[in-house]
Amino acid sequence: MDFLLIFENLDLYWQGALTTVKLVTLSLLLGLLLALPLAVMRRSGNPLLRLPAWSYIYVFRGTPLLIQLFVIYYGFGQLEAIKQSLLWPFFQEAYWCALLAFTLNTAAYTAEIIRGAIETTPEGELEAARAFGMSHGQIFRRILLPSAFRRALPAYSNEVIFLLHGSAVAGIITLVDITGAARIVNSRFYNPFEAFITAALFYMALTFVVIWLFKRLENRWLGHLRARS
Amino acid sequence: MPASDSQEAIKVTDLHKRFGDHEVLKGVSLTAHKGDVISLIGSSGSGKSTFLRCINLLEMPNGGDIRVAGEQIRLKPDGKGLLHPEQQKQVQRIRSKLAMVFQGFNLWSHMTILENVIEAPVQVLGVPRKEAIEQAEALLHKVGIYPRKDAYPGHLSGGQQQRAAIARALAVNPQVMLFDEPTSALDPELVGEVLQVMRELAAEGRTMIVVTHEMAFARDVSSQVLFLHQGRIEEQGAPDQLFNAPRSERLQQFLASSY
Repeated sequence: MDFLLIFENLDLYWQGALTTVKLVTLSLLLGLLLALPLAVMRRSGNPLLRLPAWSYIYVFRGTPLLIQLFVIYYGFGQLEAIKQSLLWPFFQEAYWCALLAFTLNTAAYTAEIIRGAIETTPEGELEAARAFGMSHGQIFRRILLPSAFRRALPAYSNEVIFLLHGSAVAGIITLVDITGAARIVNSRFYNPFEAFITAALFYMALTFVVIWLFKRLENRWLGHLRARS
Repeated sequence: MPASDSQEAIKVTDLHKRFGDHEVLKGVSLTAHKGDVISLIGSSGSGKSTFLRCINLLEMPNGGDIRVAGEQIRLKPDGKGLLHPEQQKQVQRIRSKLAMVFQGFNLWSHMTILENVIEAPVQVLGVPRKEAIEQAEALLHKVGIYPRKDAYPGHLSGGQQQRAAIARALAVNPQVMLFDEPTSALDPELVGEVLQVMRELAAEGRTMIVVTHEMAFARDVSSQVLFLHQGRIEEQGAPDQLFNAPRSERLQQFLASSY
């Protein structure tokens, strides 16, 4: 065991951690923005809205994240239409491909989480809102969403952790995230044990931060679900 | 039109409601004047709750006419025999004058009691937040749960929740209050505190329509009692008359089984 080697390469890991955090945070934010309309469409009575959302969610939950990333990173480069388009500079870059794949993937899972939370809104609370003369928009904004977001929080914290760990696949398409840093250290010095254990510790530390953040959010927002004091 | 019109808080004429093939309301009419307390009694399935829920269109009727303070709710039939509002805005405006208290309280669980009470005044009526809070605190004092104003509904007893729901209803300063079996979900020892609040409201001259199984309340507080049976008004009148000298056999049987 040679952990001195790791200390000498710690900068690389920090750089990797920064990439991981940036990539995952941005994907989560964009994914959340996409997830909300998807969840609403998924519940729509109109098949023209419901079916596209259903298919999207089914495809992205039905296939591995790694495959999605490969299709976008390696696959899109084969398409002339994309190579000719203005988007090509984006699809050339591993970073944007990873961001796109992660965003689309987490949007699908998050949409299902939000849909479930919306559907478990107590009917009586919506009825009370109607009875007091609230408009559809007000009911959605004031009652349905705040209540659903709170209920979705514990499940969503899982999704955040899954995406954090799933983001390890970014290291495969040349990005230097935490896993990418570990692969570089391993290939330079051939010390897989030290290299990947260090990566694991970085992921654990980040997971701990995620858990702590959600704990704080739950304390603040889920007071109404706590046992009576 | 008679001169009493301005005093007519609610006038429902010939209301019909079907669920599938089952006709729940077969032409029910009711007029509530300002200050009236009208109790709707009858066995479960008689249609009394459905009738109440049709008044503020939580259920869409199949036929009939509803007027609130003289204003007709404009309804048009759809292809399937249900009536629908011509204008959602009008329905929302009328609903904001008709506060409802539910059997299951239906407080918004993610908001504190105070937030529940100011929600409709601020969001629907456009009352400034500060003013709404002052008013809400006064109402919470009135129903006796001011000390719990920052608690969430789930942390209160059923009786406290229902009193909070009554404060929420009062906060929109409603022309008519609709009570849908407000004590039916409560433990027996909590029924009294809610009925006490309702008695006070009646004494203040609030216009109330109350679906209830509490015969003592209906007898003592109502200005008028309607007995529903199988979707029709079987008998109606002053409480003295209905409870002491029921004419129909149905009502006699119902009262005999209710005590």
